[in-house]
Amino acid sequence: MSLDPVVLSRLQFAWVIAFHFLLPAFTVGLASFIAVLEGLHLATGREIYFRISTFWIKIFAVSFGMGVVSGIVMPFQIGTNWSRFSDAAADVISPLLAYEGLTAFFLEAAFLGVLLFGRNLVPRWAHFVAALMVALGTLFSTFWILATNSWMQTPAGYEIVNGRFLPKDWLQVIFNPSFPYRLAHTVDAVYITTGFVVIGVAASYLRSGRFVDEARTMLSMTLWLLTVLVPLQFFLGDAHGLNTLEHQPAKLAAIEAIWDTHSRVALNLFAIPDEKAETNRYELAIPDLGSLILTHDPNGTVRGLKDWPADERPSPVIVPFFGFRIMVGIALVMLGVVVASLWLRSRGELFDARWFLWLCTLASPLGFVAVLAGWATTEVGRQPWTVYGLLRTADSVSPSLTGFDVAVSFAGYCIVYLVMFSAGFALMVRLIRLGPAEAAIEPDAIESGRPQHPVQALPSTGAGGRP
Amino acid sequence: MSQPVLDFVPIWTLILGVGVFLYVLLDGFDLGVGILYGFAPDRDSRNLVMNSIAPIWDGNETWLVLGGIALMAAFPLAFAIIIPAVYFPVLIMLLALIFRGVAFEFRYRDAEHRTFWDRAFNYGSILGAFAQGVVLGAFIQGFETEGRHFAGGSFDCFTPFSFLTGAALVFGYSLLGAGWLILKTEGTLQDWARTLGRLSLGGVLIGIAAVSLWTPFLKAEIWERWFSWPHIAILAPVPVITALIAYWEWRSLNNRSEAAPFIAAVCLFAMSYLGIAISLWPMIVPYKFTLWEAASSEATQAFLLVGTLFLLPIILMYTGWSYWVFRGKVRGDLGYH
Repeated sequence: MSLDPVVLSRLQFAWVIAFHFLLPAFTVGLASFIAVLEGLHLATGREIYFRISTFWIKIFAVSFGMGVVSGIVMPFQIGTNWSRFSDAAADVISPLLAYEGLTAFFLEAAFLGVLLFGRNLVPRWAHFVAALMVALGTLFSTFWILATNSWMQTPAGYEIVNGRFLPKDWLQVIFNPSFPYRLAHTVDAVYITTGFVVIGVAASYLRSGRFVDEARTMLSMTLWLLTVLVPLQFFLGDAHGLNTLEHQPAKLAAIEAIWDTHSRVALNLFAIPDEKAETNRYELAIPDLGSLILTHDPNGTVRGLKDWPADERPSPVIVPFFGFRIMVGIALVMLGVVVASLWLRSRGELFDARWFLWLCTLASPLGFVAVLAGWATTEVGRQPWTVYGLLRTADSVSPSLTGFDVAVSFAGYCIVYLVMFSAGFALMVRLIRLGPAEAAIEPDAIESGRPQHPVQALPSTGAGGRP
Repeated sequence: MSQPVLDFVPIWTLILGVGVFLYVLLDGFDLGVGILYGFAPDRDSRNLVMNSIAPIWDGNETWLVLGGIALMAAFPLAFAIIIPAVYFPVLIMLLALIFRGVAFEFRYRDAEHRTFWDRAFNYGSILGAFAQGVVLGAFIQGFETEGRHFAGGSFDCFTPFSFLTGAALVFGYSLLGAGWLILKTEGTLQDWARTLGRLSLGGVLIGIAAVSLWTPFLKAEIWERWFSWPHIAILAPVPVITALIAYWEWRSLNNRSEAAPFIAAVCLFAMSYLGIAISLWPMIVPYKFTLWEAASSEATQAFLLVGTLFLLPIILMYTGWSYWVFRGKVRGDLGYH
């Protein structure tokens, strides 16, 4: 097989953005969580919030640093590998990216230093403000990057002059048809992702009887939040789906692996889409449910992939089809966790039921899987276009690149990301093992010799939950 | 294109010019600190050297993102031609910056592999600086274009000249880094920074001289610009002032002044920057497209300008505040230690 610069550039972009995406998926929520904890500490003066916050700030520092360096890669990708896309679309999308830098990156960077290192240098309220600004920065960043992404999915407010997109109406560009849905859906998703990490960590402390006070506070407050956010996500996801049906029907057809246009569409629970034969194999479907879910009407008509010429269909269909099912499957598991927590809470057993604590621990990485699955669904579903329906991916790549060039750079990104991300992951696991009490003491992990603070009292064995 | 009512190109040129210069200075000194880091005598001094930039490097690197995106926003044609043309230097720079950036946290938390992360920080800084110098050299040499695209090969940017500018920038950044460390440290560590500063200055001067002698032979346009009358008379002060600043830098590295080495290094960078700007103006894709030809639509430039003029002062204000919080000599008991 000869090296194709378009295919390799797509793979490279998928690789660098998938890894990058894992970090904001975690840090956006974590920044808000830290700001809330700092605020609670400032308002109530309770030391436990301080301990929890200090603990998560350390984990935040590692993940945020990785997010920054993997984020710097992204705008350069657009230039190095997608220069024809840059030339065509820069007039419309680059101000959005620039506003991300101006409103978010500087805010995060300047206040991060104070958040991490400045606790003893500034007044307490100023440290809280720093936490708030970092959290705000992450949300501004989410706003602008999703505005850009949404414009590529559902372009609006532009005119095409000599093959280039020029802006006509900035409000339409920013608030393009899919943007509000994508923003709400994504912000909820990343908050949920962080929430599940927090309850997973708290549950594993409770299981081993360490840091019980901190763990109870974390578990309880986060589960309340998830009780709101997880059910909300079903409504937001449904609304986003209706939006996709209206503006990107080919993507929706690929998500559901529907080939022929008809009414009373069945819901495919499982299938292996066969693009050559334009049909599904091993189909397992529930009659009429597809139309009901997709159009909110059991007689609703849904367009099938055959409505579009083969070179205008998302490919491979299997990615959006299974990506979507993985995402929804995880959402159902998450809903189960929330329901179980409410039931246990009503019986006063939230902190003691070991099966539930195990469930929380096992569920803690699910958010990341769901976020990546959802992202793959929407991005592969956009293909074969970079700007939906208007600019083909094959016509977006830099003309000067050879397959060899991209193979070399792709190999470089693979090696470096594997080293960096595995090292970062191992560090975060170690910080979690150390736990809030030890972490809060500012351990001299490198230079010992300074007196350690008195070791915390032995963790209480609690009312129950220990074998 | 229709006749513009208001010409935003000069102001965007200024913003981009200042933005890139700020990036070169800010990330320049912290990359320079990373370059010198490899020569630090022991672990205590390495801790101090790293702590001197730990709270601010992230903000400094943000200017790189902003510079890239501002180029894309204001002069998209230049972005679409130049960035693919320097495909591999950009790749090397990004990978180097990744290693260097994560080393701050990882070195501190991952004691077993501290030597690995020490090297990652040091080599990452050197490679990142070198790659940026190669980009600069390739930029001065110009790019092969066809229509609105880069038409050369991905390895065209690697030439003896771009390797020279790469090496020169490594010395330039380490001079800035030495200036920063003189500001932030005291005692033997400061003496150490002064010694390395003198060595860096030697490298910088050789680099500036070599690049200056070579550049007019690269392109007839530059020769013409430098040596035709009356340009030669107007431009003559540039090398003279540069030489005076170099002398000032040498003296302040040798006496006890603490701020002068950094300020003089900044002035040296400003003069070099000015020299490049004079040679290439008004080209943004050298010898092919002017700033005006590569500019984005007025609607784009206007929309971004409104926010930029409003936000930049605010950014400078709170960035200044964060520098103020960490003012003074770097201490062992703050940050990673």
